[in-house]
Amino acid sequence: MNLHEYQAKELLSDYGVPIPKGAIARTPADAESAATNIGGESWIVKAQIHAGGRGKAGGIKRAGSATDVRSVANALLGSTLVTAQTGAAGKRVNQVYVEAACQIEQEIYLAVLVDRSTARIAFLGSSSGGEDIEEMAAEDPNKIHKLVVDDVDRLDSEALNQFIAGLGFSGNSAIEAVSIAQSLFNAFRDFDASLIEINPLALAKDGSLLAIDAKMIIDDNALFRHGDLEQLRDESEEDQGELEARRYELNFASLGGNVGCVVNGAGLALATLDLLIDNGVAPANFMDIRPVATREQVATGFEMVLSDTNVEAVLVNIYGGGILRCDTIAEGIAIAVQRKGLNVPLIVRAGGTNMELCHKVLTSQGIATQFARDMTHAVELVKAATSKEAA
Amino acid sequence: MAILLDASSRIICQGITGATATFHCEKSIAYGSNLVGGVRPGKGGSKHLSLPVFDTVDEAKSTTGADVSLVFVPPQNAADAIIETIDAKIPLIVCVTERVPVLDMVRVRKALEGSASRLIGPNSQGIITPEQSKVGVMPTHRHFAGPIGVISRSASLTYEAIDQLYSVRLGQSTSIGIGGDAVFGIDFVDCLELFLADDKTEGILLIGEIGGSAEEELADFLKHSSVKKPVAAYIAGKHAPTDRRMGHAGTVNVFGTGSAAEKIDALASAGVHMASSAAVIGTTMRLALGR
Repeated sequence: MNLHEYQAKELLSDYGVPIPKGAIARTPADAESAATNIGGESWIVKAQIHAGGRGKAGGIKRAGSATDVRSVANALLGSTLVTAQTGAAGKRVNQVYVEAACQIEQEIYLAVLVDRSTARIAFLGSSSGGEDIEEMAAEDPNKIHKLVVDDVDRLDSEALNQFIAGLGFSGNSAIEAVSIAQSLFNAFRDFDASLIEINPLALAKDGSLLAIDAKMIIDDNALFRHGDLEQLRDESEEDQGELEARRYELNFASLGGNVGCVVNGAGLALATLDLLIDNGVAPANFMDIRPVATREQVATGFEMVLSDTNVEAVLVNIYGGGILRCDTIAEGIAIAVQRKGLNVPLIVRAGGTNMELCHKVLTSQGIATQFARDMTHAVELVKAATSKEAA
Repeated sequence: MAILLDASSRIICQGITGATATFHCEKSIAYGSNLVGGVRPGKGGSKHLSLPVFDTVDEAKSTTGADVSLVFVPPQNAADAIIETIDAKIPLIVCVTERVPVLDMVRVRKALEGSASRLIGPNSQGIITPEQSKVGVMPTHRHFAGPIGVISRSASLTYEAIDQLYSVRLGQSTSIGIGGDAVFGIDFVDCLELFLADDKTEGILLIGEIGGSAEEELADFLKHSSVKKPVAAYIAGKHAPTDRRMGHAGTVNVFGTGSAAEKIDALASAGVHMASSAAVIGTTMRLALGR
């Protein structure tokens, strides 16, 4: 689960991470009064969306007066921001964060994450942080320092001191940076985060530090331990199809093509996309039916695929495993077709447990189905079906 | 021979009384797996599926002599169950549980280091040595004993691959699902070493996917390995959207590793026969064997 910058800052501030004074605003008037309450002479107005690259996309703007804050907020609120991470559709800005502007002498990158290669929590850091961190890391990986934490329950202070010194900190700044890193680590562990990223951590002329931006992702699998964090979920930030699918034990992603896909298992679903795209077919979506899905949940998923008006054919590629059986999927399809009708060609490739029953269920319900022998045959049938549609 | 599991393996199931666990234990017994008991705290002393149920793994082990445990415990308690099993020094632990919190798995990995246990999973379909024993949830009708060792990160793709191996008449020595999570137990390299050392395994099939660096590490290992056997592989996800998490937890890229293209390049340069699509996994394996 992604958090907004302002939510992450609030949580991290409670853990002792220094942040600029700021307030969230959902209207231009709120933004103006927020600026007045914060005080000072200069403010930053920041679009709150779940994507990075906001600065380069015009989602972070400086304002020199409270009325200026209002007009900047007015322009941002309700607009759609397209950044390097949002995809072409962009994200609508529903709220802005107004923050006191500060003098920045140097931008540092500091992150805590789960390092897969060592199966440990690790810090990443760089003395040259900021907007271009990813390009820089790709060009010169040596500029990224890493500290692997051996024990979840104990952060070795000597190792941490060395890591911070390696980022170029000294004197009081180093002491403060160590304390910030310790706070990030504690928050990471306590909230079951999978990523906390401070970019930049700003070093001011007087040597003090401020977290200027914060990105925080909570491990969805651990949310059962954090009922209080669930209220931070911003459903307006999520694809509505994906959101609905999750309620039905389906993993779903819209992809914009014209062939609907219904697959069981994430790996087989990825493989099906690869095979289709390699053959010049554009998938409309990714759908992975989880093994625990019921026929009613499968029906809902199938209806989601059919409700996409771009869909000109549907490919069902399933392999009945130990838990999910092909007949459950066929029954789900049958329910969906009874409710919504079927106006596009349906290609079904079913293997594994109860594959024969799958054929029987669809045939006995009178559902016009083209059965494929295997994946290669399935792609041939899909190509034939969609080229006829085009002709 | 086979690796890690054979007909003599003595298996217990943690969480045996749950509905899904019961279903799969029944299937495993029918397949011939030597189940000797179960664990369910609070139900010690009772029987389930005619097997003795114990309160703790320790009791189950000392009474039954179990050397394999199938962890069929909900995600909230899965890590504690695995750590209990490590403490009881059970040599092989298989966890099928999906959605275990990643920090719990970080703790589990720490507990595994220097222990007497190996962990398969979590989020794995398990392990099967055809015609001898299975520990997990995989369908069995296309498995038969043969020369191929299978290592996979995806259950659904393993079923597909096994189906294709069946079509080209290649059975398996052992097939292992290492799981689709970001932090997990034994990896490609661990399994590969065992298969290379197993005299009944003539060829190895890898099923990988985007995310992480397990495939790259394996390619590196293969380049330096003195033992050589034909290896074929398929990597899923070359056209996956880059900023999305596709069902498996493995795909958040912070510093850009784990793309399918990188994995395919790494494996191909290590002499692995790459299946160009999921439709040709079986035939690629057969070609790799020179048959």
